[in-house]
Amino acid sequence: MTTVDNGVNVEALLGAREVLKGAPEAAAFTWRASSKWAHGVQSQVKIQNYFGLGEEQSHKSESVFDADHPEIFAATDNAITPIEYLLVGLASCLTAGVASVAQNRGIQLRSVEADLEGAHDIRGILGADSDVRNGFNDIKVTFTIDADASKEEIEALVAQSQKRSAVFDALTNPTNVTVEVA
Amino acid sequence: MLERGEVANSWRRERWDSLRLLTPSWQSRLPGVSYDGPDPDGYMTAGEVAELIERFAKVARAPVRTSVNVTSLRRADGGYQVTTSDGDLASQAVVIASGACNRPTVPSLAGAVPGPVAQLTPFDYRDPAQLPDGGVLVVGASATGVQLAAEIQRSGRPVTLSAGEHVRLPRTYRGRDVLWWMDRAGVWDQRHDELDDLTRARKLPSPQLVGTPERITLDLNALADLGVELVGRLQMVRDGSALFSGGLRNVFSLADLKMNRLLEAFDEWAATTGADEVVAAPERFAPTRVPPSPRWRIDLTSGEIRSIVWATGFRPDYGWLDVPVLDAKGQLRHEGGVVDSPGLYALGLPVLRRRRSTFICGIEDDAREVIGHLAGSLGNVKRKS
Repeated sequence: MTTVDNGVNVEALLGAREVLKGAPEAAAFTWRASSKWAHGVQSQVKIQNYFGLGEEQSHKSESVFDADHPEIFAATDNAITPIEYLLVGLASCLTAGVASVAQNRGIQLRSVEADLEGAHDIRGILGADSDVRNGFNDIKVTFTIDADASKEEIEALVAQSQKRSAVFDALTNPTNVTVEVA
Repeated sequence: MLERGEVANSWRRERWDSLRLLTPSWQSRLPGVSYDGPDPDGYMTAGEVAELIERFAKVARAPVRTSVNVTSLRRADGGYQVTTSDGDLASQAVVIASGACNRPTVPSLAGAVPGPVAQLTPFDYRDPAQLPDGGVLVVGASATGVQLAAEIQRSGRPVTLSAGEHVRLPRTYRGRDVLWWMDRAGVWDQRHDELDDLTRARKLPSPQLVGTPERITLDLNALADLGVELVGRLQMVRDGSALFSGGLRNVFSLADLKMNRLLEAFDEWAATTGADEVVAAPERFAPTRVPPSPRWRIDLTSGEIRSIVWATGFRPDYGWLDVPVLDAKGQLRHEGGVVDSPGLYALGLPVLRRRRSTFICGIEDDAREVIGHLAGSLGNVKRKS
């Protein structure tokens, strides 16, 4: 029997699950981002530090994300649109889930690709129709997965990855959001 | 044996009118009592279950003291002191057999539901006529939720059913009751100390089953055929609106995949044991149909929804238990019914010792093993003294 290696340290994750069962305070994480207006409808967001396991943590390096809006919005299109970052988050979260669940179930992955489409009626953000919401109406994710597994096993991987996905939950369920002026 | 009401009290007072057992009658066996009526493949009404338990109480000559409510149980002098509505008792050992379903669970978001919308739990509910005319939101798609959704929809009140993760099962598979398969193929014999994830097994919601003379399947496709509208898990009530999860499609996938894995295991068992000879050919069921655009918001102030039925599960009531044996979630800490306090035992909890623990046919083996431990520990006490 060959050893399955998707590059996910499942033992560490399962160990963390056991430890955190009895230590909810260590499981309380705070993720942080800081943004700065550039010009027009463009801004820059930097991420480096977060809080977790009871103390301040830091990524190995700072990540910088630019966000802008397309030219057909009469903008400069120097970077992707903020709502597209939601697709970035969803795709990468579900893919991480597929890899982790596959590792845990002993399934060797060869390739995992996903195409995402978010249906968005922009009359909402333009204030053109108050019955139209601002955000996505529907998001469709299509996975193409090559793995040593049956179709049903692959479908189960994708289903389990949604069940345990932070971003899938954040997008499908309401969240209280507080926005203040410092 | 202390009983707060009369024998089979909860079956007489805490069940809706149409309720029948999920298990076929031939499975409703207790030591010395088994079903001897005309329809062993049928499903007993709540009244018939009460009669069965009453018959068992007589056959077993159980020393039942009825109308005795336990108000406190505490440790005392190496044993326990039991305070009841009919005086105190001292006991070396105590078996808690009060069950897992003493109170309906209602999520805290119920508090945000606008006042004019009537709210009922399965303990309040008797039949659809009790509900105001107009739309009904049934929250929860386990056995209780699907059964109530179906009969309320049939009463002419349009039902919206909010479904989270659920357990889909066909009523019959390859010509046999699906619970015949659970029984014969050994699923119900899986022991608590053999399961990968015991916590999860103990929290498993009841399957989408109903016991009807027609042996109908009552999955979400059947409810959609009746005209029930399906929405996602109820997540929040905000500004008078109910907000539902947009993850409905995935809870359908999870339930379909799980059902198919179970059916595959049945097929494998049938092929290897020769049971193939006595059952029909393997079959598969259509995937749960996803509505084209499930609603994720319903305005509860619009008058569309006149009442909400909380079919969101049940929980035990240990308000009388003054022994520190509950975990952070309010569940009894026990190992196969041996509670984490000497001389204290439990029976009749989900997957207490095996998957069949909470079925009528599951109590006999559990009781024998738990009482064996109890008798052994009393023997030790006597030998020491």
